[in-house]
Amino acid sequence: MSQTKVLQSLHKRQSPLAQTERQLKILEDGIFANGDAPKFGHKIQQSLGGPLKTVNLDILQVNLGYMCNQVCAHCHVDAGPDRKEIMTKETMEHCLKVMESSAVKTLDLTGGAPEMNPNFRWFVTQAKARGVNEIIVRSNLTIIVANKKYHDLPEFFAQQQVHVVSSMPHWTKEKTDRQRGSGVFEDSIKALKMLNDVGYGMPGSSLTLDLVYNPSGAFLPGDQEALCQDFKERLDQSFGIKFNGLFALTNLPISRFLDYLIASDNYEDYMWALVESFNPAAAQAVMCLNTLSVSWEGYLFDCDFNQMLQMPINDSRQHIAQYQDDLMQGRLIKISQHCYGCTAGAGSSCQGAVT
Amino acid sequence: MSYYDPKDLRKFGRITEWSESLGEKFFDYYNSVFKDGALTPREKSLIALAVAHTEMCPYCIDAYTKDGLERGITKEEMMEAVHVGAAIKSGATLVHGVMMMNKVNKLDS
Repeated sequence: MSQTKVLQSLHKRQSPLAQTERQLKILEDGIFANGDAPKFGHKIQQSLGGPLKTVNLDILQVNLGYMCNQVCAHCHVDAGPDRKEIMTKETMEHCLKVMESSAVKTLDLTGGAPEMNPNFRWFVTQAKARGVNEIIVRSNLTIIVANKKYHDLPEFFAQQQVHVVSSMPHWTKEKTDRQRGSGVFEDSIKALKMLNDVGYGMPGSSLTLDLVYNPSGAFLPGDQEALCQDFKERLDQSFGIKFNGLFALTNLPISRFLDYLIASDNYEDYMWALVESFNPAAAQAVMCLNTLSVSWEGYLFDCDFNQMLQMPINDSRQHIAQYQDDLMQGRLIKISQHCYGCTAGAGSSCQGAVT
Repeated sequence: MSYYDPKDLRKFGRITEWSESLGEKFFDYYNSVFKDGALTPREKSLIALAVAHTEMCPYCIDAYTKDGLERGITKEEMMEAVHVGAAIKSGATLVHGVMMMNKVNKLDS
C-alpha cells in the first residue's frame, strides 16, 4: 500500500479535492449512489426512529485557524504552514460572550496549531476568567519545541489548568513520522517530556494530558482501552513518558484523508468498513448532539468535519455573534456519508470512543 | 480472473442463509474464541495471522492483517508471527524425514 507523500495542503496544491463540493459529490456517489449501501440518514432513521437533532450545548469547539507547523498526511482540516486563515480577536470576543451567557461547560480549542494564533494566550486567559469548567487545547506537541517563543507553553498550560489533548498516532517512530512528517516523533517525545516535567499526566497531578490516536492508514481504530494500555507500557518503558488517557479516533473520509483513500485505492473498502461497523449505540451518543463548532471566521457548524465540508448549521443564525441558546435545542443536524465515521465500531468523537 | 474475490469476504456472514442454525453456531463459537480470555485478543490476532498463512487462506490473511493494524500491532510483530507459522510448517515436513530414515534403515541396512 502506498502512502501519499504530503508536503503541501490540498489548497496550496490546487487539488480538485480542495473544493468541498467535489468531496461531497464523491461521498454521495459510489456505493451510496447505486443503492449497494444505505445512506447515513436512512440508517439513522432506522436505528433512532428519527433524524439526529441537537440536545444542548456542552462543548464549544473553536477553530483558531488553519495555520500549522506540520502537514500531516490525514489532516481533515487541510492545515499547514501555507494556510494563513486565523481567527481575529473580535471573533474570540463573540465566543467569550457565549461562554458568559450560555451553560457551555467545555471550551475546546483546535486548529491548525491553535497556539500559533497570536491571541491564543489572551483567549485562554479570558476564557479561564469567565469560569468555563474546562479548557481543552488540541496541541500537535511539536509546536512546543518548534520555536523558542513556544517553549514555555507547558508552564502556561499548567498555570491556566488547561486540559492538553495531543496527537500521537503510534508509539513507533516509523508510523508516527509517516503520518505526521519526518522528525515529528522525536519532537513529540521531547514535548511530552516537557509536559510531564510540569506535572502533566503524572500520578497524583490535577493536570490532564490525554493522547489522541488515529490510525495511520485505511483501517479503523481497535479497542480504545487495549490501545491505551499498549501506549502506556511502550511510552513508559522506552521514554519514561506518562499520560492519562487515550482517545481512539476514526479517520473521517474527508479532505486529505479522502485524498489518501482515493490515491491508495482504498476508498470503497474503507466506506464499506464504516457502513458495516455502524453501531446504533454510538449513533445515540454522537458529539454533534451537544457540541457547536466555530470556524476561524466565526461561522457555526455541527462539528469540525462539517466545518471543513462547509456545511453550516441548519438555521438562519449561522454566526457566533448571533448565538442564542435555542440554537442547540432540537435543531436538525446536517449529515452526509462521512458521518458514518462517527458511528463505526465503538463510535468516534473528539473525546474518543462514545460507547 | 481469480477464483478468490476480495469482495466475497464481506459476504461471509451469508453462509448462515442456507443453514441458519449451523451458521449461527459457527459465528457464536468464532466470536467467543476471539474474546479476552487466558490469552489477550492481541495475542489471538497474531496466532490467527500465523494460521492464516499456514492455511494459505487469502481471506484470513486479508482479515487478520487488518485486524492487527487496528490493534496497533507492528509489521515486525506480524512478520515474526508468520515465521512462527512457517517454522512449524517446515518442521512438520522435516520431521517426516525420520519416517523416511526409519524406512531406509529397515529396507536397506
